[in-house]
Amino acid sequence: MLQKSKSISIRIDGALVATREGKTILQAAQDAGKTIPTLCHLEGLKDVGACRLCIVEVGGSGRLAPACTTPVQEGLSVVINSPRLAAYRRMLIELLLTERNHVCAVCVSNGHCELQSLAASLGVTSVRFRYRYPALPVDLSQERYVIDHNRCVLCSRCVRVCAEVEGAHVWDIMGRGIHSRVISEMNQPWAEASSCTRCGKCVQACPTGAMAEKTRAAEEMVKHTDAVAMAAARKGALI
Amino acid sequence: MSKVKLATIWLDGCSGCHMSLLDLDEGILALAGQADLVYSPLVDTAEFPEGVDVTLVEGAVSSQEDVARLRMVRARSRVVVALGDCATTGNVPAMRNAVPLTRILQRVYIEGADVSPTIPGAGVPPLLPQARPPHEFVKIDAHLPGCPPPPKAIWAAIDDLLHGRAVKLAEVKFG
Repeated sequence: MLQKSKSISIRIDGALVATREGKTILQAAQDAGKTIPTLCHLEGLKDVGACRLCIVEVGGSGRLAPACTTPVQEGLSVVINSPRLAAYRRMLIELLLTERNHVCAVCVSNGHCELQSLAASLGVTSVRFRYRYPALPVDLSQERYVIDHNRCVLCSRCVRVCAEVEGAHVWDIMGRGIHSRVISEMNQPWAEASSCTRCGKCVQACPTGAMAEKTRAAEEMVKHTDAVAMAAARKGALI
Repeated sequence: MSKVKLATIWLDGCSGCHMSLLDLDEGILALAGQADLVYSPLVDTAEFPEGVDVTLVEGAVSSQEDVARLRMVRARSRVVVALGDCATTGNVPAMRNAVPLTRILQRVYIEGADVSPTIPGAGVPPLLPQARPPHEFVKIDAHLPGCPPPPKAIWAAIDDLLHGRAVKLAEVKFG
């Protein structure tokens, strides 16, 4: 039996919230029915703080920290909604949109995309930074699935679901900064990745149209992220 | 109260945003009561007039002619609104941006031609190296994303502009 952790209380936007030691700020907020925008977080996978959308202001100094990887502690006070946080979150979405080629109109995930819906809910109606329009490859080698790097936000949900839930660890991220890229095995075409079980969990975990089933046309790719959480729960992958 | 002078221009886009504007149905009648459409692909005016109150811009900026028209429109309009994704992100016209222009022209007009393979020159505006959103060239006062923006969102934005209010955007998204 797991030993029950100590009950503590924290303040979220001024309101007292009861939670337990060992939880993250994101978990405590969600348990209390409060919403913090997330992108790289997926129920069932370990959090890595890759996207920074869940940044919150911690303590009296207002230091910024990702809610998904910051543990709660007794007496902690966090602000999860403020004009400053809203401005940073909008800026993060704008930077993601300029970094690659997100053309919603022709995307398999149009209407079902987490990046697109975050942009809408955070009020991003235009992007003030120069679009980069980089030349990026599309890997069509795999029989059933496709990975389109133009639409990738480097959240690493595919990497984590494959390693933590499926146990295959086909995916990883190579390079640094703007040159970072999701790769299968040793940067081989997906079809040549011998460790891939063709389970498709990476596709279902992907928040955008970067990974999709080949048979899907524009707007047709609806992801089943709940299935990822269920598979993780069965495996007991969430620690 | 004199009617508001409304204009629309069509740069590098598919005209879908103008179709969505026409899709206002009976809203068009209400619009006609409050605004004069002084210049548009939908009306027969040859020259863009001076002193326009509100101009809606559809499309990305893809050619030298687009740049010249956009600058002229900006100079003659009080408020300029980017209508749709092409005028906001570059969208589909910008999908060529990662490929060198010479390579595209070669592929389309030489390799893709069944008869008389020639890259067009005389009589058509030269393309820019990349298709880019209008706000990189002139000041845009509001963006109305969507491919196309839904008629309801266009109507809400126009209604705000006709009454001199700041454009409040609700339920708009890219794509």
